[in-house]
Amino acid sequence: MSLETNMLTYAQRSRIDKALRGCTIVATAIAIVPLVLIIAYVLIIGGGALNRDFFTQTYRPPVPVGVDPITGLPVEGMEEGDLFQVQARGGVLHGIVGTLMVTITALLFSLPIGVLAGIFLAEYPDTPLNTFIRFCSDVLSGAPSIVIGVVGFTLIVKQMGTYSGIAGAIALTFLMVPTIARTTEEILKLVPNAVREAAMAMGAPMWYSTLTVVVPTALTGIVTGALLAFARGAGETAPLLLTIQGNSNLSFNMFAPMAALPILTYKYIESPFPAENQLAWGTAFVLMMLVLGINLLVRATTARIKR
Amino acid sequence: MAVATPPRSATQTAHSMTVRGLKPFYGKRLAVQALDLDVRPNQILALIGPSGCGKSTVLRCLNRMHELIPYAHAEGEVKLDDINIYAPGVDPTLVRRKIGMVFQLPIALRTRNIYENVAVGLRLGGVKNKAELDARVEKALRDANLWDEVKDKLELSGMALSGGQQQRLSIARTIAVEPDVILFDEPCSALDPISTLKIEELLLSLRQRYTIVIVTHNMQQAARISDRTAVFMVEKTDDIPIGVLVEEGPTEQIFSNPKDPRTEDYITGRVG
Repeated sequence: MSLETNMLTYAQRSRIDKALRGCTIVATAIAIVPLVLIIAYVLIIGGGALNRDFFTQTYRPPVPVGVDPITGLPVEGMEEGDLFQVQARGGVLHGIVGTLMVTITALLFSLPIGVLAGIFLAEYPDTPLNTFIRFCSDVLSGAPSIVIGVVGFTLIVKQMGTYSGIAGAIALTFLMVPTIARTTEEILKLVPNAVREAAMAMGAPMWYSTLTVVVPTALTGIVTGALLAFARGAGETAPLLLTIQGNSNLSFNMFAPMAALPILTYKYIESPFPAENQLAWGTAFVLMMLVLGINLLVRATTARIKR
Repeated sequence: MAVATPPRSATQTAHSMTVRGLKPFYGKRLAVQALDLDVRPNQILALIGPSGCGKSTVLRCLNRMHELIPYAHAEGEVKLDDINIYAPGVDPTLVRRKIGMVFQLPIALRTRNIYENVAVGLRLGGVKNKAELDARVEKALRDANLWDEVKDKLELSGMALSGGQQQRLSIARTIAVEPDVILFDEPCSALDPISTLKIEELLLSLRQRYTIVIVTHNMQQAARISDRTAVFMVEKTDDIPIGVLVEEGPTEQIFSNPKDPRTEDYITGRVG
C-alpha cells in the first residue's frame, strides 16, 4: 500500500493553510470594526463636548439667545433669526457625583458579600448549598438588568416611598455581587491545592489558612474582579432609572433621587436641543474613559504580578 | 542494601504509630483494603508500590490530611503512641502539629518571606517572643541543611529559592514546630539527583530525632534510606481498583527475600 495516494501536495496544503488563515483574519476584522467605530465616535464627538463647565456645572435649561429669560421677549438689538439659536449651557457634575456615590456605596455593599460568597464557593465545595448558590449566582449575573431595576423598585423604592440613591446602590449590589463572587471563586481555584495543604499540614485551622495564605495569594485577582464589577455597575442604566430616577440638581443626599451619568446619557441623547445632545456624548465619553481606565489599571496590576 | 543504622542520640524522643483496621474512603468507594501497620520509633518506614495503590492515601490518613479532600473520610484506628487520632473530640489541627507532613511539590508560601515561611508554624503554636522565634527558625533551617544558603536573604520571598532549596524550606517549616512524626509524600520526585541526595542525607539525620514515614516511587531510594518497607499493590474486584497492603518487613528482607510473590514481581520490575 502506498502512503502517498491520499496525501495532498505541499502546494495544496499551503493553499488551504492560507485560505483558513485569511478567514480568521477577516472574521477578526469584522469583529473589531464596530468596536473601533464606537470608540472613535465617542472619542471624537464626546471629546469635543468636554470643557471646564462640563465638569463643574450642573444642569441648566437651554435658553434661546437674545430672549429675556423672565419676560420671554426679545432683548433689544437682537435680530429675529437669533431667537432660534439655543445656547449650550451647564455640565454634568451632578451626574458624576451621583455615579460615584451610588457605585462606591454599591461596591462597599457587594465587596464583603461577594468575596465571602466566593470564598465559600471555592473553599467549601462539598456542601449541597454550594451548588445551589453557584446556580443562583449564575442566573443572577445573567438576569436582564431591567429585571433587577424592577425588583429594586418593588422592594425598596415602593417601601421607602421615594426614589433614592441608596435604592440604586442596593440594585447595583444585586448585579455586582455575582460578578465579584464568581471571579473570586475562579481566582481562588487557581491557587494550587498544595498551598492549602502546606498550610493545613502545619496544623493551621481552615480559617487561618484561607485568610492568611490562600486569599493573599489570590488578592490581585480579587481586586481585579472588584474593579471590573465597579466598571460594570457604573455603566448600568436600567436598574438606576427605576431606583434613583435621576435629578437635574446636584444632590449629595443618598435618600433622595440622584443623578447618574448613564441616566444623563439616556435623557440627553433624545433631547431636541443640540446642546443637550452634546452633553450626552460627553457623558458617554466619560463612561467609556472610566471603563477603559479601569481595564488599563487591571492590566497593569496583573502584569506587575506576573513579573 | 539497607544502610547500617547510625548511632542514636541519647536525648531522642521516641514516638511510634500504630494503625489498626484503617479504611480510607473517597465518597463511598473504599480506596485501600483495611490494613494494620506499625511505625516504629526513630525509624524510617517506606511505603512503596505502583501508581494508584493507595500509598499516598494511607500516608495522608496518618495525620488526618486525607479528610480535607472533598467527600473523603477514613475509618479505623490510628494511634500516635497511645492516643487514637481518630477518636471523637480530637482536634485534627493539633494532630497535624504533632505529625508533620512534607509534600511532593516544594511549597514556599508565596505571601511570606523565607523567615516567615519557617516561623508560621511557630506563630500558630503561640510563640510570640522575637528572640525565641529567631532561635528556633535558625535551628530549623540549620537542621534542614539550608541555613548557610539563606542566612543572608531571610527577607526574600521563598519563591526566590530553587526547587531543592524550597523543599528543604518545607522541611524546615515542618521541623520548626518539633513534631513527633514526619510524613513525606514523594519528597524527591520533583527534584534533580543532587537535590535528591541532599534530601536523603537530611532524612537520615532527621531519623535520630524523629519517626519518619515516606512514600516513594523510587525503589532504590526506599532501599537506601528506610529501615522497614511496606509494599502496596492495586487489585481489581469487579473492575474497581482497590489498594492492598501486600507485605511489610525490614527493608533488607523485602528487597532480598520477599515473602509475597507479588512483591518479588514488583521489585524485579515485572509489574508496576
